[in-house]
Amino acid sequence: MAISIISYFKIPKLSYRVWKVWHRNMDVFMKTFKVNFIPPFLEPLLYLFALGFGLGTYIEGIEGISYPRFIAPALIAISIMNSSFFECTYGSYVRMYYQKTFDGIIATPLSIEEVITGEILWGATRSLINTTIMLVVIAFFGLIDLRYSLLVIPLSFLAGLLFASIGMCFTAISPNINSMNYPTFLFITPMFLLSGTFFPLSILPASAQYFAIAFLPLTHVVSITRALTLASPSWFMILNLVWIIIASLVLFVLSINLMKRRLIV
Amino acid sequence: MNSAIANPRITNSIIVAEGLEKRFDEFRAVDGVSFNVRKGEVFGFLGQNGAGKTTTMKMIQCVSPRTGGRLEVFGMDVDTHQQEIKKLLGVAPQENNLDPDFTVYENLMVYSRYFDIPRDEAKEIIEELLDFFQLSEKRDTLIEKISGGMKRRLMLARALVNKPGLLVLDEPTIGLDPQARHLIWDKIKSMRDKGNTIILTTHYLDEAERLCDRLVIMDHGKILVEGKPDELVREYVGTNVVEAENNPEVKACLQRKDMKYEVVGDRIQIHTNNPHDITSALLEECHLGFITARSATLEDVFLKFAGRKLRE
Repeated sequence: MAISIISYFKIPKLSYRVWKVWHRNMDVFMKTFKVNFIPPFLEPLLYLFALGFGLGTYIEGIEGISYPRFIAPALIAISIMNSSFFECTYGSYVRMYYQKTFDGIIATPLSIEEVITGEILWGATRSLINTTIMLVVIAFFGLIDLRYSLLVIPLSFLAGLLFASIGMCFTAISPNINSMNYPTFLFITPMFLLSGTFFPLSILPASAQYFAIAFLPLTHVVSITRALTLASPSWFMILNLVWIIIASLVLFVLSINLMKRRLIV
Repeated sequence: MNSAIANPRITNSIIVAEGLEKRFDEFRAVDGVSFNVRKGEVFGFLGQNGAGKTTTMKMIQCVSPRTGGRLEVFGMDVDTHQQEIKKLLGVAPQENNLDPDFTVYENLMVYSRYFDIPRDEAKEIIEELLDFFQLSEKRDTLIEKISGGMKRRLMLARALVNKPGLLVLDEPTIGLDPQARHLIWDKIKSMRDKGNTIILTTHYLDEAERLCDRLVIMDHGKILVEGKPDELVREYVGTNVVEAENNPEVKACLQRKDMKYEVVGDRIQIHTNNPHDITSALLEECHLGFITARSATLEDVFLKFAGRKLRE
């Protein structure tokens, strides 16, 4: 039993070749970059108008912050989550199962570990690209403090690795593409709403707060992003960061071993 | 003492398999096969679906770990030298896995990157390959817009991008129309003439007969027989086959004359090196509905073994 659990956390052997998979995905992305840039541009606009400036006119402000300024960092955090999670669930699943892209690549000197790592790095890159575009849009509305906000860009890559690894774990265990709906509705959607995104965590019962901090990754990403865009750093950010790094490492290794289990027969 | 002789890198064997085995729980997909592929030959794996051909290919490609026996490619163990072996392989799997997000040219270019081929060198190789496989006109076309035969050719071109020391072709002409098949055969032949070592699987016997220098026939994970196509035909069937209608009268007549025959569906086949005598004997002494004599083919060998299996 102990041995079988350890086998899920075997450290993968990787080389510079992981970037070749990343490069392949980047090439595909650039072929259609005009279309790819629309969602991260439109999404914050829609949410800001509907929730920030629409619903927000009825809200006096949260902890002394205007409602649009309160939700702006949450929109970025949600985009970090969605970009990499969906890239490494539906995107990776299509490449793995329908396009047989992984099969093609592992017939070359690349190993399956390197393919999966390349996919995860690419997922994180999607988060970084979308975050950068969103930051520009949101900065245009004057909703973020530029002194610290640029740090959100490296953060988006790190947090992107986390959500990409989570997505890859689900991809590895999904029997078919439709079953990817379960993590979307049971995990991503609740996080989207309940991770201190549209209202502060502090109004939840203490047990729910602890649960969110312990188990909902988005909570930590929202927390850091908000501290940065509001230029109010705190020691709590260290906890958030440590949580994200540890969870990323563990889930990254787990996702690779789950994928090996699925693909090496 | 004499390590040069023991070192397989110096001998001519590209692949050495001994007692190679692949088990999925209780099921033995490949059940203790041994074979030896030499440099510069086309080596075929024949058999019905599920005979264990593709599984064997996947073990050679280092993507499916073996569960028993020995398997060395270029003198290296497939378990411990995956990267080194894969660098030297060109693989065209049964199922097309071209990258649908890219054009014909981009497919080859992206693939060349996986092998660390410098861009300028890759460009040259790709131009040659597009030309050789008659794909130059379609270079900027997306994969979904080209025909099945072109996809297969592109698969072969892609397998050659790294100038491999061994080509692995799994069912290279499956699902193609006759013209497309002939074109692929021509290409495989000229690849062989250039000195490439090729292993291929097929369940088309005419294909195997045309292309393979040596082959094995597999069934239920085991190798039934190994040899050169023409020698196998001569050894197990003879030069010719005489076919007659399957009816009791003919059978009785053959039994009277103490002749060996095989029943294949609605026909009776007599394997022989002397078709004239048998044909005339049958015509004179038996009442035949029809009778034909033809050259024996690999198909007869195959059916002989497959048929025996079914009777067991």
